[in-house]
Amino acid sequence: MTTRTVAYWPGCVSRGFTPELHGAMALVAPKLGLNLVQLDRGSCTGAGVLAEHNQELTDTLNGRTFALAQKVDQAEFMMNICSTCQGAQSESQERLDANAEYRHTVNHTLAQFGLSYDKGIVNKNFLWVLVEDIGLDVLKSLVVKPLTDLKVGPFYGCYIVRPVDRLGIDEDNPRDTYLPKVIEALGGTVIDYAGSHKCCGFPIITMNKEASLKQAGTHLTDGQNAGADALVTPCPLCHLNLDMQQPVAKKAVGNFDLDMPVLHLPQLVGLALGFSAKELGLNKHVVRPTKLIDWTETVVASVPA
Amino acid sequence: MPEFTLRIRRYNPETGAAPYWDRYTVDLEPHRSVLEGILQVKDRFDSSIGVRCSCRAAICGSCGMTINGKAGLACHTHLSEAMSRSKDGTIEIQPLGNMPVIKDLIVDMDAVHWKKVNRVTPWLLSGDLPEREHIVPRESMVDVTQPMACIQCGSCVGDCLAMEVDPDFIGPAALAKAYRFVGDPRDVQHEQRLKDLADDPHGLYTCTHCFKCIEACPKGVAPMNQIMRLRRIAGQDHHIEDVNNGERHEEAFVVLLQKYGLLSEADVVPRSYGGNGLTGGKLSPKSGEQVFQSLPFLAKAVLRGKVKISQTLFPHKLDSESLAEVKKIYKDVKGREERLELNLYITGYDEDGDPTTSEAIPDNPNEKAGATA
Repeated sequence: MTTRTVAYWPGCVSRGFTPELHGAMALVAPKLGLNLVQLDRGSCTGAGVLAEHNQELTDTLNGRTFALAQKVDQAEFMMNICSTCQGAQSESQERLDANAEYRHTVNHTLAQFGLSYDKGIVNKNFLWVLVEDIGLDVLKSLVVKPLTDLKVGPFYGCYIVRPVDRLGIDEDNPRDTYLPKVIEALGGTVIDYAGSHKCCGFPIITMNKEASLKQAGTHLTDGQNAGADALVTPCPLCHLNLDMQQPVAKKAVGNFDLDMPVLHLPQLVGLALGFSAKELGLNKHVVRPTKLIDWTETVVASVPA
Repeated sequence: MPEFTLRIRRYNPETGAAPYWDRYTVDLEPHRSVLEGILQVKDRFDSSIGVRCSCRAAICGSCGMTINGKAGLACHTHLSEAMSRSKDGTIEIQPLGNMPVIKDLIVDMDAVHWKKVNRVTPWLLSGDLPEREHIVPRESMVDVTQPMACIQCGSCVGDCLAMEVDPDFIGPAALAKAYRFVGDPRDVQHEQRLKDLADDPHGLYTCTHCFKCIEACPKGVAPMNQIMRLRRIAGQDHHIEDVNNGERHEEAFVVLLQKYGLLSEADVVPRSYGGNGLTGGKLSPKSGEQVFQSLPFLAKAVLRGKVKISQTLFPHKLDSESLAEVKKIYKDVKGREERLELNLYITGYDEDGDPTTSEAIPDNPNEKAGATA
């Protein structure tokens, strides 16, 4: 298999509240032929909030991370494992690439650290890499424990499905349709439900808690009603609202039976590639994916009817 | 002639009957609009379908509806484009969301959209009548042309995900309209307008950044971007504290990123509620209340090894050299006299070939044209 060196941006949350995501990614990467060179010196992308405060500040910080990525020896592209990071970085990149004068201003600031951003960096979410670079056929060939009978609902996170122009979503790269393809390649069954492309509510959890929890609770309930055993997401911030807040989200929508495991994308891939649930940190979730996993053998099992 | 199958949601609340779907096949070229498809259906099969339309040229804003799950103008959506988003080979046509249905594809714009637009005082408050013509710099008017492009079709309102769970949310169209006046130098009530929006718990800070309105708008208004500009001006130029802790949340981000270079969730939440001062953050009563409410699942998170207690006391941060660079960037950028903003709606994109004229560019960005604060 081809080995690719990628400049890897793990983001903050994967090293903070969702350490299992970072761990799972590190575990599956070698199997997928990804040589991750971590951008340890990069800073937080601002998650959209910093851009709301000051655009140039955000673009200069992200420009610095891009410049660091461009210095990584042999790297084919830059990769992240967070929808929100992808969205925030793509927004900065759009402005930096669109206007030479603006780019020059940002590079002028970066020059004092010996850094410079060259227009046109390729920065992809792990989901896009799986489909566009590794390929679904190769992914399929690597599966050792197909997720047979596992019914999975996709949950993208707004930042990697909108706006389509900025994210390079078009007929050639229908990136907002990749999750079902990956679930199927891993042997699982895709559950189509209303919330897959909607907002998890996390951005307003501290500002309008009721609305935020209603969003999370509604999507989880829609997934449950459609028959999903679990949801899978490429965004750790969505994971926080869907998993960590689930005990309160279910109260917000009055669905007390809600018990929906939410998996990070690399965890779902990892299960099919043969890693144990524990290795992938599934035991660290607030909603334990017990009903998916036989803990004694760590094989994925379907929920009895 | 190619055939397209339209599935139209029918509903007449006056009859008391439940909504249902009708299916029709029309013959039209793929570059014809969905509206033309609906009008052919009315002409050939069923004239009782309720639809509002007028100009058929994306000017009047009458025919906003939901086409294959996305809000937009029926006259501005090609049949082929609608088909490309189809899940089952048909074009699914529904009324706009978030508004009550009057009949079939006609929604009650008065009950929701217009009420919300009226809520933001959608006219210029110029104070005393000027003695002579009020002359403003060209750039400052160019800046508000984006929200002025709105044709009030309600597509953004129909697709707003925050309004879906909080019907009281002022919403994208009205907030974009608010920016149209907050960005207008002739208006004298900027601060009062912003304060009014910040005092409403369903106002400025209920937007969730989901980009739905940006995608739905047929005119490139990008309402969400205007909401972010309102927040920027409210927080930084007028230091308005809002009832949703929105400004504090933003400030927490800014402060923590400067302090650590990385984000530490354990610190964001308490600071968002309790503020950034010495007695703020984890020690403030307000944040204590929130932490207490969160105790059941926080305990679980700690128990499962997801969250470490040490994390909340010693957040992760960058190496000292990188952190120094981050701090220098803060110092340089925040030291500018005016915030530098690039609005691509106005500047557009460089032509390919990258006409880099770096030598001609002054090193002080404040002197440059094309940048608006």
